[in-house]
Amino acid sequence: MELADIPALLILAGIIAYAVLAGADFGAPVWAVTARGEESNRLRESGHRSMAPVWEANHVWLIFVLVVCWTAYPEVFGAIFSTLWIPLILACLGIIMRAIGYVAGGVTVSRSVTWLAAIASLLVPFALGAVIGALVAGNVPPGNAEGDIISSWLAPVPIMVGLLLVATSAYLAAVYLAADAKRRGEEDLARAFGNRALLAGVVAGLLAVAGLVVLYFDARGFFDAMVSTSGRHNELGRLCVCVSAIAGTATLWLLSIRRYGEARFVAAVAVAAIVVGWGLAQQPEVMPGLTIHEAAASDDVIIGLLVAVAVGLLILIPSLYLLYGLVLGGRFDPLAVPAVESAEAGRELDPAGRSRVAVVLVIAAVGGLLLFISDGGARLYIGLALFMIGLAGGVVLLARSLAQLRD
Amino acid sequence: MLDLVAAAGDFAFGPGNSFPTVDQDYLLQARQMQAMSFVMHVPLVCFGIAFPSLVIFMEWLGLRTGKAHFLALARRWSKVMITLFAAGVVTGTLLSFELGMLWPGFMSAFGDVFGLAFGLEGFSFFIEAIFISIYVYSWDKISPRKHILTGIPVIAAGITGSMMVIAVNAWMNNPSGFSVDKAGQVTDVKPFEALFANGHLWPQLTHMYIAAYIVVGFLIAGVYAFAWLKGRRGAYFRTALVVPLAVACLAAPAQLLIGDWAARTVADDQPIKLASFEGLYETTEGAPETILGWYEPDGTIEYGIQIPKLLSLLAYHDPNATVQGLDTVPEDDLPPINVVRIAFQTMVGIGTGLAALAAWFLWIWFRRRRLPQTKWFYRAVVLAGPAAVLALIAGWVTTEVGRQPWVVYGVMRTEQAVSGADGIVFGFAALIAVYAVLVVTVFWVLRRIARQPLPTEIAALEEVADGTG
Repeated sequence: MELADIPALLILAGIIAYAVLAGADFGAPVWAVTARGEESNRLRESGHRSMAPVWEANHVWLIFVLVVCWTAYPEVFGAIFSTLWIPLILACLGIIMRAIGYVAGGVTVSRSVTWLAAIASLLVPFALGAVIGALVAGNVPPGNAEGDIISSWLAPVPIMVGLLLVATSAYLAAVYLAADAKRRGEEDLARAFGNRALLAGVVAGLLAVAGLVVLYFDARGFFDAMVSTSGRHNELGRLCVCVSAIAGTATLWLLSIRRYGEARFVAAVAVAAIVVGWGLAQQPEVMPGLTIHEAAASDDVIIGLLVAVAVGLLILIPSLYLLYGLVLGGRFDPLAVPAVESAEAGRELDPAGRSRVAVVLVIAAVGGLLLFISDGGARLYIGLALFMIGLAGGVVLLARSLAQLRD
Repeated sequence: MLDLVAAAGDFAFGPGNSFPTVDQDYLLQARQMQAMSFVMHVPLVCFGIAFPSLVIFMEWLGLRTGKAHFLALARRWSKVMITLFAAGVVTGTLLSFELGMLWPGFMSAFGDVFGLAFGLEGFSFFIEAIFISIYVYSWDKISPRKHILTGIPVIAAGITGSMMVIAVNAWMNNPSGFSVDKAGQVTDVKPFEALFANGHLWPQLTHMYIAAYIVVGFLIAGVYAFAWLKGRRGAYFRTALVVPLAVACLAAPAQLLIGDWAARTVADDQPIKLASFEGLYETTEGAPETILGWYEPDGTIEYGIQIPKLLSLLAYHDPNATVQGLDTVPEDDLPPINVVRIAFQTMVGIGTGLAALAAWFLWIWFRRRRLPQTKWFYRAVVLAGPAAVLALIAGWVTTEVGRQPWVVYGVMRTEQAVSGADGIVFGFAALIAVYAVLVVTVFWVLRRIARQPLPTEIAALEEVADGTG
């Protein structure tokens, strides 16, 4: 383990978070179009209600992965995004269409919107899977668009990984939605999602096995690194594959006995294990002729990035804990017990008063003057600070008096 | 060529030509695609920066006074806020994808120099997404005091997030914190110095931050000014008009001062960009300001109105200061002068007009303690919103096209940054189609939100006030 490897671990962690959290966002609308009439509406509504409060936060993991990649391994980022621009823009267009589904879903139950979201939801995991598949197959050489922009990703391995991600997303979504429906006491919906989860789980499992076969024939080096006994990281790689297989099977069993809450976590473990296995096997060369150490930015940059991430996580983790606590605790559910009304309301605002207005005007004027006459240095920034404070104070005073205006 | 650039003396990194040039027919399309994505995103950024504080101010008024119409407005606006935030999230995602898809040369060479800022922006974005959800979905589910507190991180993340992105843009305009060796390798990278010790960061950030309040203030006020013209003038509609108007009417005049500062920073560090704003061909002592008109290739401005010495006065606060002209650098290193110049004049013209509208409103308020009575004022406010958006975009065109042909000013040209892949034009076409659907959906959803019935007790009061009940 060297410093240059640590951002790669962050990228893997980000991909796991994105796959197990946002994967479900993409699976949800797919199930809404599998039923007819009233049931379809209920499936759609249930999916929307579960995902709407969390999808934006889930989505940010993708940005996190991109940013860490281009900061720590700029050449890798440039090579992937130029050669694979077609699947990447397809993913992006799918993400925009998925967001249209969420935006419209807040005010309407429309079949065409659901279909749009469902198509988008197939497109995004497929396209992002194809990007990973292209890396697995070694079809992305370093440099500016050095690989073939079509055959790099329209090839057996990328297509296989894309399909696997589509099935995985649908599977995770069904498991999560079954658990949410059960929490809300909607037993029939929970069963509907549970059955779909079982089906999708079996399909995903079969695709995973088929994927290994395709790897064996089309990306033998990668196959060896991941599962066979002759690879470099074979022990850990095999361990990951086994964990994933066991967790996947356990999820199916939990689903069949309707333990959806536990199934949610075990299903996520199955997906996470396979991502880790991929990361281990994608070494030491992340693309043909370029190792992760050769691609890494300087130590100063990586240390700066790690410091930023550490500080960021200190704020992020409690925030995520709060959000998921509220969501999984059912606090956003329609039948959740409302909070007690506060008793302090009902005081009139005191009028702004000439003295306060004068103070604000003086601060802004002094600050503005300093800013205007300075060409730099401390005087300018003191002026800026005073001016902005005066401005903010003035806005609050003016808005308060205007809001109190009587007819 | 190399000597000429070096002779111009602007570029701290010497000749910026050690990077390989990509033979790309689609450079212009790539630039247009980036520009269109940006034009879609940046008005939404304004809402991310400025709208949360308006919504939370409204909720605070409601909690403090116990009056229902303030809370009803905060609730309605919070739905608008999350709708626009969702659109901002995905249009912003596309921008980060495009950095790699369209400009891999730029990202491969410099991703490590400015990546840190985007890392911090990512965390701001996380915080914004998490707390905006909690704020919008927890009305009535948690105590009012806690609820209003969940809005504070949204405001803070809006500031830090925009600061990080502007830090990158400021660095592209005024690059530092790295060296380029003869082989075109970027070495000696100091990310913190590059991003945060940059004289362009604060003027650009402040200029954008105040612009966001002008845009959001006038757009929201414009919606309710329209309602006012239709006779809806009860407490609910009046509050929805005056609070954003108060914000915009103080921000608009303040922007004149901040804009002056931003222009002086450009004059100091990017003299050629300033000369492009003004279409100033020859280096001139006591340079005049030319308003309107068209820049001709021979360096003259046709049909312009000339005001002597004003440019020197504005750019350097000295009527006899020398302003560097366009003829000091090779033609290859110049941006398209008319695009930059017209965009700049549009921004300044609209900004001045908005400040005048604000002065009208403030004058009547301080003299008479009432709102203007003439319908022309409210018609002007309706127009002020779209005009402010136009000025915002014109301002970004000024700074981004004004940086051309450089992606990193004086160091890397756009043709050294662009992707070598084929077919970008198809991606551009698909993007336009999907964005059209997005725009239509967002407007349709906003209309649906606007038409949702008001809470009954407020609706009754409004009808009495409008004389329709």
